[in-house]
Amino acid sequence: MSHISPVLWEFLVHWLKNFAIFPPEASTIAPYADALYFALVGMTVTGLLLVMTMVLVFAIRYRQERHPEAVQIEGSTLLEATWTLIPLGIFLVFFVWGALLYFRVFNAPPNSMNIYVVGKQWMWKVEHQGGQHEINALHIPEGVPIQVTLISQDVFHSFSIPAFRVKREAIPGRYTTVYFQATTPGKYHLFCTQYCGTNHSQMIGWVYVMTPADYRAWAAENTSGASLAQNGERLFASMGCNACHSGNASARGPNLANVYNTRIRLTDGSTVVANEAYIRETILNPSTQVPAGYAPIMPTYQGQISEDGLIDLVEYIKTLDSNYRIQQTLNKSELSSAQASTVGVGKTPPPQGAAKP
Amino acid sequence: MSTIVSLPDQATAKLPAKSFLNQEYGLKSWLLTGDHKRIAILYLISISFFFVIGGVLAGLIRLELLTPPSDLMATDTYNKVFSMHGIIMIFLFLVPSVPATIGNFLIPLMVGARDLAFPKINLLSWYLYVAGGIFVLSAMVLGGVDTGWTFTTPLSTHYLNTHVVTAAMGIFLAGFSSIFTGLNFIVTVHRMRCPGMTWFRLPLFVWGHYATSIIMILGTPVLAITLVLVALERTMSIGVFDPTKGGDPLLFQHLFWFYSHPAVYIMILPGMAVISEVISTFSRKRVFGYTAVAFSSVAIAVFGFLVWEHHMFIMGVSQYSALVFSLMTMLVAVPSAIKIFNWSMTLYKGSITFETPMLYAFGFLGLFTIGGLTGIFLATLGMDIHLTETYFIVAHFHFVMVGGMLMAYLAGVHFWWPKMTGRMYPEAISKTAAVITFIGFIVTFFPQFLLGYLGMPRRYAAYPADFQVLNVFSTAGASILGIGYLLPMLYLPWSLIYGKIAGNNPWQATGLEWQIQSPPLTENFAEIPIMDHEAYDYEWLANKTQHEVQTVG
Repeated sequence: MSHISPVLWEFLVHWLKNFAIFPPEASTIAPYADALYFALVGMTVTGLLLVMTMVLVFAIRYRQERHPEAVQIEGSTLLEATWTLIPLGIFLVFFVWGALLYFRVFNAPPNSMNIYVVGKQWMWKVEHQGGQHEINALHIPEGVPIQVTLISQDVFHSFSIPAFRVKREAIPGRYTTVYFQATTPGKYHLFCTQYCGTNHSQMIGWVYVMTPADYRAWAAENTSGASLAQNGERLFASMGCNACHSGNASARGPNLANVYNTRIRLTDGSTVVANEAYIRETILNPSTQVPAGYAPIMPTYQGQISEDGLIDLVEYIKTLDSNYRIQQTLNKSELSSAQASTVGVGKTPPPQGAAKP
Repeated sequence: MSTIVSLPDQATAKLPAKSFLNQEYGLKSWLLTGDHKRIAILYLISISFFFVIGGVLAGLIRLELLTPPSDLMATDTYNKVFSMHGIIMIFLFLVPSVPATIGNFLIPLMVGARDLAFPKINLLSWYLYVAGGIFVLSAMVLGGVDTGWTFTTPLSTHYLNTHVVTAAMGIFLAGFSSIFTGLNFIVTVHRMRCPGMTWFRLPLFVWGHYATSIIMILGTPVLAITLVLVALERTMSIGVFDPTKGGDPLLFQHLFWFYSHPAVYIMILPGMAVISEVISTFSRKRVFGYTAVAFSSVAIAVFGFLVWEHHMFIMGVSQYSALVFSLMTMLVAVPSAIKIFNWSMTLYKGSITFETPMLYAFGFLGLFTIGGLTGIFLATLGMDIHLTETYFIVAHFHFVMVGGMLMAYLAGVHFWWPKMTGRMYPEAISKTAAVITFIGFIVTFFPQFLLGYLGMPRRYAAYPADFQVLNVFSTAGASILGIGYLLPMLYLPWSLIYGKIAGNNPWQATGLEWQIQSPPLTENFAEIPIMDHEAYDYEWLANKTQHEVQTVG
């Protein structure tokens, strides 16, 4: 090896050290995705070998020098049925397998910790419940199911964490969610994978998976002091929302306590679930879905509240719901009990993200 | 049931005194021609021109990606380069590649007609193509467009101040060119088959193009409408795709992919059509299971319209609709599998030789199998989450489009080169080029599968350093691939003057086009032929050859 110039040698060494070929597995989803991946690779290799063997063997055995006379064959319904049905069967197996994983990734368990992420050209703005704000970084505890609620304030972006094998589009004007549960502390790539203009390739960041103890320390250190809901409460007052949504029986607007996740009857007789999307939509376009019994007098707030402000308001209205508050409290205590249990190696596995198609 | 076919003695072959090439001379005789063969040549020249531009842009992309930071170009430039690469390669090369050149040349010959049904519309379609090309080129020259070839809203409508409308106009025009081509093919196949040419005596090449034409006619108008909406949204802010005006940004993608997924079948079906002819000819054997191969083309065309949402699985579409589209995508893969197996089985008990078109066809079989099966990864819902929008997608569609379609296109160009020009291409160097292309292709695009699973996003001008090694492989492969494509561009024009005289039927193929002189007369057939045998009937050909020998002797 002494013949190689030292510079070139250093270069090669550096290269080979950086030679990634398989991404780290750092979420509960990753092993499922990888199992599916290897099954698919197996299918591809088998199929390719089959075709290559047929082609090569026939090409050698029936080349003109050895086999000057072609034997004309019409076809064979039996053979054709075989290579129609067997691939079909295999593809259907992958269809079911893939669908199960899909529902697992996109349906978070109810006890998930919710983190909001707003995409904009060209950064990811992360908003934690406790008032921690980050840009192009996401700090999360390991072993805790996490639901990321995404929205974009301009163009399409896509929130991708390869080490977790999850990805979800951030869409302008619409909430989407993705679920994961990190398993290994470390630092992982965060990418925007939907082309979003000039600095698309700079819309990257890091996901920091921390032990629950580290995470609690980080969260305490980095909070802005006001939780999302508290910001929302302030905004609710400053925008004058409480003038109508005062909670009084005679108020001009509906009482917002305990409306989150309930079914609401609208003036046109249809019903709608008051989820995050509905709350956001009725702030921006109130006249489109007016609850029954109320006049369409609310003005639009389109252009007056940022996506971050909308998230604060949504979060505030959610906390007016007692069930949601209880869930939040439970999550917090779970996090602290997870901290207690990480002392031993044989900790109890955290609840799996049950797939509910 | 066996046939012995011996190649004719090319030494005695002479160029025919009169052919479509020397019928008339002068630029005007080409630019105002109604002859489908001349229009095919015009197309061949113009798409080669755009292929060179698209190829140079691809080279620039790979050079930029040699190193992790965006050091060769600014990110904006890179975005414009990959957008233009996509737009040119898809709308100005792949979509018209086989149908407008080889298909235009051959469909009337194969069905035994003197021309396509509407020669003037055929010429108009070339002019529309050129006009579209000029718009796209001017968008590039005036400063470029950086939407990507997908024109995703609201990026393309509200957030970019590049030449989006100009480029969209170019695609709009090129779209009408392909609608007219499709229309011409469908009418020709329905109305102008020669006596005795029943549907099931049509060569599979014609079946493939018939299926393609259906997609062109039904799908392309949707693209046209979508691009008009983008232009209106950009210029007048009508709000169809704008959520702040009550529009739906996802609607654009539904409309766009409603065309653009079937469009990948516009691109691949004609390639498959070429492969059927080439494999049959060089195995001297009829295609195994003619009906299955013919109907699988039609099945792909029909099912191809029902899978568009698989481009949007992670985009907040209903999870139950995702199930339906995943299932449909699995189903559309089956006809392709049938074709692959039927082609492989065609080789069985054949009498195989390995001329250049056959080498490209073998390349197609291998690469398309990989390209097709990796499509299953992406149709599998849970896997698609991780793989979509990464280099895995890039590798997958380049395996299908470049490994599949471009291989098939080159197979076709070499296969029918003697018929088009009357001269043979040089065999030894073209075989070398085929092998170089295959190796270069694998080295370029295989690493991209690994990059994709690692999570490297597509359309990145800069990337983290841990992805570099695989990117260097890919760029190295691209330079090999470039040589593979450069060679035919040199030796094919060379062969126009120095190539050996081909004779009528250098491959001893059975199609009607091979029973007439090369290059053909302007009116194709001195008298309209009567089809009295099945397609790929090598016994008929052997009898005919014997008969000819007897008459001469």
